[in-house]
Amino acid sequence: MITRRKLLKSSAATGLTLAAGGLAAPALAQGAKIRLGYVSPQSGPLAAFSEADQFIIDGFLASDAGANFEVIVKDSQSNPNRAAEVAKELIIDDEIDMMLVASTPETTNPVATTCEAEEIPVISTVAPWQPYFIGQQGNPGDPSSWRPFDFSFHFFWGLEDVISTFTAMWNQLETNKSVGAIFPNDGDGNAWGDPNVGFPPVLDAQGYSLTDTGRYQNLTDDFSAQINAFKAANCEIVTGVPIPPDFTTFWTQAKQQGFNPKAASIGKAILFPQAVEALGDQGHNLSSEVWWSPSHPFASSLTGQSAGDLAAGYEAATGKQWTQPIGFVHALFEMAASVMSRVEDSRDPDEVTAAIAATQLSSMVGRIAFDGAGLPPFAAQNVAKTPLVGGQWRLRDGGGYDLVIVDNSDHPDIPTGGTMEEIPA
Amino acid sequence: MIWIDTVIQGVLLGGLYALFASGLSLVFGIMRLVNLAHGDLIVMGAYLILVLVTLLGLSPFVAVLIAMPMMFAVGWLLQKFLLNRTLGDDILPPLLVTFGLSIALQNALLEGFSADSQRLPTNALTTASVDVGPITLGVMPLLTFGSAVLVIVALNQLFYRTELGRAFRATSDDATTASLMGIKPGNIFATATGIALVIVTIAALYLGLRANFDPNIGPARLIYAFEAVIIGGLGSLWGTLLGGIIIGVAQTVGAAINPEWQILAGHVAFLAVLLIRPRGLFPRVND
Repeated sequence: MITRRKLLKSSAATGLTLAAGGLAAPALAQGAKIRLGYVSPQSGPLAAFSEADQFIIDGFLASDAGANFEVIVKDSQSNPNRAAEVAKELIIDDEIDMMLVASTPETTNPVATTCEAEEIPVISTVAPWQPYFIGQQGNPGDPSSWRPFDFSFHFFWGLEDVISTFTAMWNQLETNKSVGAIFPNDGDGNAWGDPNVGFPPVLDAQGYSLTDTGRYQNLTDDFSAQINAFKAANCEIVTGVPIPPDFTTFWTQAKQQGFNPKAASIGKAILFPQAVEALGDQGHNLSSEVWWSPSHPFASSLTGQSAGDLAAGYEAATGKQWTQPIGFVHALFEMAASVMSRVEDSRDPDEVTAAIAATQLSSMVGRIAFDGAGLPPFAAQNVAKTPLVGGQWRLRDGGGYDLVIVDNSDHPDIPTGGTMEEIPA
Repeated sequence: MIWIDTVIQGVLLGGLYALFASGLSLVFGIMRLVNLAHGDLIVMGAYLILVLVTLLGLSPFVAVLIAMPMMFAVGWLLQKFLLNRTLGDDILPPLLVTFGLSIALQNALLEGFSADSQRLPTNALTTASVDVGPITLGVMPLLTFGSAVLVIVALNQLFYRTELGRAFRATSDDATTASLMGIKPGNIFATATGIALVIVTIAALYLGLRANFDPNIGPARLIYAFEAVIIGGLGSLWGTLLGGIIIGVAQTVGAAINPEWQILAGHVAFLAVLLIRPRGLFPRVND
């Protein structure tokens, strides 16, 4: 099995030719519709990630390639146990040919693990690759025991990209290079603050000093201790990966207690415009990682739409501001169409898996290929990396915020919309 | 200096916990009812204020005045037609019913308002601060603490200076004898829960102004309220304020030593008080 997959992978050129063949490929000509299962957190605390799902799926089914598919959607309710349960239902009751799953390790991991056990091909996205890959290993603490997956594939960026993007943004500013960190005691916080793979070694190497007061519990009501420590260390930069309510508490208290850093680069908490709007006018020039935006120079392999067209279409259809997951959920369905156009029998998991591994797709979120570029060898088989840049939220005149890309040092092909600005005191 | 600041921030945080707790304390003191849906009622209050703010374009501080009588009515009806039926010799039925109510409320809010996290609209006041010597204090936490003290003073006035308060105390001491004197315990209980929900609305205002809330956040707020009530001694209002302050100060001092200990320190303080005074600091004499 592995030999054949390796063979197909090495003959990536074949895959490319087939991908270019598009709609005429055999699997689609058999009449019966291909059944895709899709799991995402449509309700619960993670629901913001899935707000665009219906819009994307409607668009996919309306496209030429999409007409050959049936998509069965299930809600994980933001609960890992529920995610595994609905994945099982999709596989056993709905007899799907391939699984798609999006948004946070709490959703992707249980679904991918279930598919792996049931030998159903699965493509996932919107979770940094470390928690996806390492989180599913039997012993996450022992790298020598880590095994690649046979049926699971993932495309997104990793922790190393966030670190590099954040430091590049800070390097644009004139600061004293003193960084304060708020890392919670959860999967993300522990990874970001890890002394080997997290922020500390990189900051050390680049001459930044780090004030890390330790892992606090989520839903903490008071951050005075952190704020006092940051003030004492004269921190001009703040970073961290808190959940949205905690960041609101921290930021409000910081302002109340007169702590005004020049830059605050925060993961997770300020991904969505609603979360930044919750800060009132205190969200101006906060910075965050940007995985996708309407100004990314990519286009859909499915509809030919540019990133800007897709975002504009979403805003027109729903009246809501665009969010980053839109591009990635769209790319997930691009992957499904591309893979299925390159297989003879969509019901043969081995053939579908081989086709996923051979993917060379120019998608809405950039190039997706499982060639191990930028990845350590253990993850090369299952993960494809997509570009990450840095952005700042800018307060609009009439209220609301716009995300402006301010750093593209890792991916110069993605245009910036401005340069890094200091947070007004 | 940092230590003084830490303790003062903890005292102010304690005001928030005391606000969360005083409604709970009132209901328990009068009818021995442990309301497990208290946290969810606070979240419901926050959504009610949010709706009023959005629909009528009011400031949250004005909206809360409109929300108060509405919440009073909700509490009165809730007690009269649901919770009164569960009261009796057995303490289990009210626990089960309020537990169920908590789950039902969370899901109803999720259905109605989606899982998006919300916050009451804020203005400059949210981040305003005053300098007291070398210490900078937020105006918002000061207001929260001030409101908590006001609520407790007002409740004490109500309890010891009014006819309604006398009826509360009488029913609490001996419902059967009180009813011989022409007091209807059912109505007294309903009024008490109504007042508790008015306090819940005030707590909801500060919850919504302080940070984001979503339909699932209620139970996490309930635990500190419970601890504050129990440390203070069941049914004692000033005890509840002191209980809130003890937990708040324990949390900030714990965090100043190591942020990993912040939440833990609050719980440890709670256990320590219970070890020394199992009935809380100011237990009522004849419970």
